[in-house]
Amino acid sequence: MADVKTFVPAPDRAPPSSAVGPIAWIRDNLFGSIGSSIATLVFFYLFFSYVPLFVEWALINANWTGSDRSVCEANAAGACWTFINVRLEQILFGLYFASNPDELWRPTLIFILFFALLLPLLFEKTPGKKWLTIALLGVFPVVFYFVVYGGYFGISQSNTTQWGGFLLTFALAFVGILLALPIGILLALGRRSELPVIRSICVIYIEFWRGTPLITILFMASVMLPLFFPAGVEFDKVVRAMIGITLFQSAYTAEAVRGGLAAIPKGQSEAAMALGLGYWRRTVFITLPQALKISIPSIVNTFIALFKDTSLVSIIGLLDLLNMAQTTARSMEWKGYDIEAFLFAGFVYWAFCYGMSRYSQNLERKLDTNRRN
Amino acid sequence: MTTDTQMAPAELGESIITIDGLNKWYGQFHVLKDIDLDVKRGERIVICGPSGSGKSTLIRCINRLETHQEGSIVVDGIELTDDTKHINDIRREVGMVFQHFNLFPHLTVLENCTLAPIWVRKTPKREAEELAMQYLERVKIPEQANKYPGQLSGGQQQRVAIARSLCMNPRVMLFDEPTSALDPEMIAEVLDVMVGLAEDGMTMLCVTHEMGFARKVANRVIFMDGGQIVEQNEPEEFFNNPQNDRTQLFLSQILQH
Repeated sequence: MADVKTFVPAPDRAPPSSAVGPIAWIRDNLFGSIGSSIATLVFFYLFFSYVPLFVEWALINANWTGSDRSVCEANAAGACWTFINVRLEQILFGLYFASNPDELWRPTLIFILFFALLLPLLFEKTPGKKWLTIALLGVFPVVFYFVVYGGYFGISQSNTTQWGGFLLTFALAFVGILLALPIGILLALGRRSELPVIRSICVIYIEFWRGTPLITILFMASVMLPLFFPAGVEFDKVVRAMIGITLFQSAYTAEAVRGGLAAIPKGQSEAAMALGLGYWRRTVFITLPQALKISIPSIVNTFIALFKDTSLVSIIGLLDLLNMAQTTARSMEWKGYDIEAFLFAGFVYWAFCYGMSRYSQNLERKLDTNRRN
Repeated sequence: MTTDTQMAPAELGESIITIDGLNKWYGQFHVLKDIDLDVKRGERIVICGPSGSGKSTLIRCINRLETHQEGSIVVDGIELTDDTKHINDIRREVGMVFQHFNLFPHLTVLENCTLAPIWVRKTPKREAEELAMQYLERVKIPEQANKYPGQLSGGQQQRVAIARSLCMNPRVMLFDEPTSALDPEMIAEVLDVMVGLAEDGMTMLCVTHEMGFARKVANRVIFMDGGQIVEQNEPEEFFNNPQNDRTQLFLSQILQH
């Protein structure tokens, strides 16, 4: 027995220098094959022939200051951001607040409050995140109602038909997202229910609203709905749009959540059952948290789609961000500056959608418990 | 599990599980046929048989993960019917360990162990955590308490699964092929925990092909095929002197290598 050898693992060596470093990366990723090299060269050619031109027009030669179009007409080689600058309040907050400068503090306060609640949530180490979330999802909408809609505490009531711009886009999307998520979760659970009646109701609901274009739903909500109610009963136009959007969005969210629920192995609920947990506890503690984690990308996908689809409210005569920008660019004063209007609206949509997308990726990473150590 | 030394015979109490004339179908397929089984308190039963013989289905009927169509199952004096309250009453007294562990991947090891005691048994959180740490020490992984299941090896995960069941203080433990999904080096650590449980007098029903474990721990070995109990006996008799030719064939197949 004295001849037994002791196993000693060989020490790790560093990889050869040809396999690491920037030159190896460029060789492997940009010029790895003939096709890859051609693609790289074409990309750089296009990038350097067009991007500098755009930057020159949009930033270097652009007009930023002034108060009327004469500034822009004097320097036609650059973008006319003067227009956006002069009409910013109208594009962001709509006609009601833009035409009542005394009331401008209301939407301003709301957006400051929104970002003050949201930004700390994006950092991992913020204390009291639970309370911030409750404030954002529960208290903020109430504050929004009292401050923006008004009618109480000496704040004058605003005319919702004159709501518009980014404020309207934001209100529609926020309400749509906030209500569609819980309704969608219940619909998704209902669609997987073992009770045929509940399952059928959920399937019919989801398939009906998912199969109807949002533009039709908004039109119906605006034109048809009042016909079903006695004369004199009048729903606010914005509320009707919110109801339409929520009905539509909850069907999409439901399908996204159902996808997540379907991906949870049966063993998870079996293990929970074997421990004596009932249906709701199994759902709340075991299946739903895992399902929501899996469906974050597709849920956020539907939210981003909704955020942009709010511009369809133009069909019922509401001027959201996009339509307000377009309308402003058609006024006598700023005729001809549509490109700037669309670029600005596009940039605001993009900034919010990109923010949502990044936050969802962040959330996915944070919730990934399969990392090793 | 190479030792052949058998454990001292358990002191058997009254019946804790009584299965009478059990029949179950999956659609047209008759998966369990006229099963009669009486399990005494403290008894350690190993169930073996070829795949598709109904052994897993049988133990899954005991905590109603599967419903049966004929016959009766009485666990700890409560008959299993469609009544959800009875089902949950039984499930909290019957622990189960699965082939694929089925730990909750989004909860830490400790949270896996405390969830059911807190929400089903209404144990205060701190007490539940102390209890969980006791059982995690017993399965020899207290240092992993704050890790997530995905960070553990298969053997460690299965030991957590056992601890999770034990935290409910069950009267019976069901094991559904607990070592079949494990690498060879990890089987021993799980079987060691199971032997320890048996030594403490736990009533156990194990579906397993670990015949060394069966010889050492079981009071009774049951062989199933085609949804029926073909033969059952004390391990010594069962392995050395099988009465049925189907049992002999099965044993010759699995003991050959």
